[in-house]
Amino acid sequence: MQQIINFLIRYKTFLLYLSLLLISFIFTFQSHSYHQSKFLNSSNYITGSIYSFSDNITSYFNLREENNRLVEENKKLRDKLFNNIQLFGISIDTSSVDYEVIRGRVINNSYADQRNYITINKGQNDSIAQDMGVITDKGILGIVENTSANYSTVQSILSEKSNINAKIKNSNHFGSLVWENTTDYNVVQLIDIPRLVPLTIGDTIVTGAMSSIFPENIPIGTIKRFDLDNSKSFYFIDVELFNDMTNIGNVYIIRNLNRKEVLELEAETEANDQ
Amino acid sequence: MINSTSFLIVLRFILLVLVQVLVFNNLNFFGYINPVVYILFLYWYPIKQNRTTFMVLCFLLGLCVDIFSDTLAINAAATVTIAYLRPTIMRFVFGVNYEFQSFKLNNSTKAQQFTFLALLIIIHHLVYFTLEIFSFTNSLLILQKTFIVGIATLILCILFSTLFSSKKE
Repeated sequence: MQQIINFLIRYKTFLLYLSLLLISFIFTFQSHSYHQSKFLNSSNYITGSIYSFSDNITSYFNLREENNRLVEENKKLRDKLFNNIQLFGISIDTSSVDYEVIRGRVINNSYADQRNYITINKGQNDSIAQDMGVITDKGILGIVENTSANYSTVQSILSEKSNINAKIKNSNHFGSLVWENTTDYNVVQLIDIPRLVPLTIGDTIVTGAMSSIFPENIPIGTIKRFDLDNSKSFYFIDVELFNDMTNIGNVYIIRNLNRKEVLELEAETEANDQ
Repeated sequence: MINSTSFLIVLRFILLVLVQVLVFNNLNFFGYINPVVYILFLYWYPIKQNRTTFMVLCFLLGLCVDIFSDTLAINAAATVTIAYLRPTIMRFVFGVNYEFQSFKLNNSTKAQQFTFLALLIIIHHLVYFTLEIFSFTNSLLILQKTFIVGIATLILCILFSTLFSSKKE
């Protein structure tokens, strides 16, 4: 007993080092499953308020640019409205709406890591929940990961873990959108497109209909380069994003009102299958 | 005396975390260069202090930065590692005489301070990027990032340490 205690006292620094290192490893590796650690994320009250305080100051510097962007988007929407005259006559039935859009603002953004996260200033109080899609006026941005009362973190599409259903706009062939070349933050990769699909550089990639997170046909980017992958039966496509991931201000969070029903149905089907 | 030292340490802790997460994490120079200035906490920390407190403080420092930048606990692991290795590095750089009561960082030569800081940064970055990238196929990327970000960190840390060095002799 005496010897054990002596041992502990003699090596107490080393043991402390080992235990602290172990704690940080546990925090790091438990999240290699799909969702990020529940405790260590910037959506909590303290970090959220500090980030929104700093955003309050810095957001003044690009108000002009932000305004231009909003006017541009308004113009686009008005174009659509005026060219769709029959829309005026139809009263929209709010009980049959599929998607609800909530506006938010980015208060912290990263794009230089392997797994990038964005913090936004809307949380559970604004009925934000995990697995909601986040987009900007130009295109797709990511998926809500963790929420607190007033803030949420968003897993950016610039993340090793990101995997989003996407398709080629004119041919409707779908594949998965991933980020494999993790040093280039304006290019993501589209995989699992069969080689018989005709492709042209500059084709538009949009979100597919297989996802219960994003509505169909949200723009993502254009084809920059394509090549066959190792198995020679699928394409490996570099997609240049419409969004400038380094400069994001206002975002829209999309809430799919049918998501719960879809997931329940799928779970039921799977259960019956076994 | 004790109180003013502890106060200084706490103040340094808070200021370095804020400077790191609000300024340097958003720098993204050339796309990925974000200098890690909070290493200065370990550089400035008094030598004759309890090692246990020092390591727990360093762990918390890394964890605070982690929570802000959504990097799980990678910063914490890297910081605890250099906190544990600090006495070894100091013995290597300053020789035996750092154990004397009269030893002060300001009394050592510029070259010694530089080496001390550089070793802290290199080990920190190596652990950090290894854990972040976490694959052997990308070991070249790990070394490249360690080297380039390390140089940026070193330059900024030297600037900061000259800017805030205590003039009283």
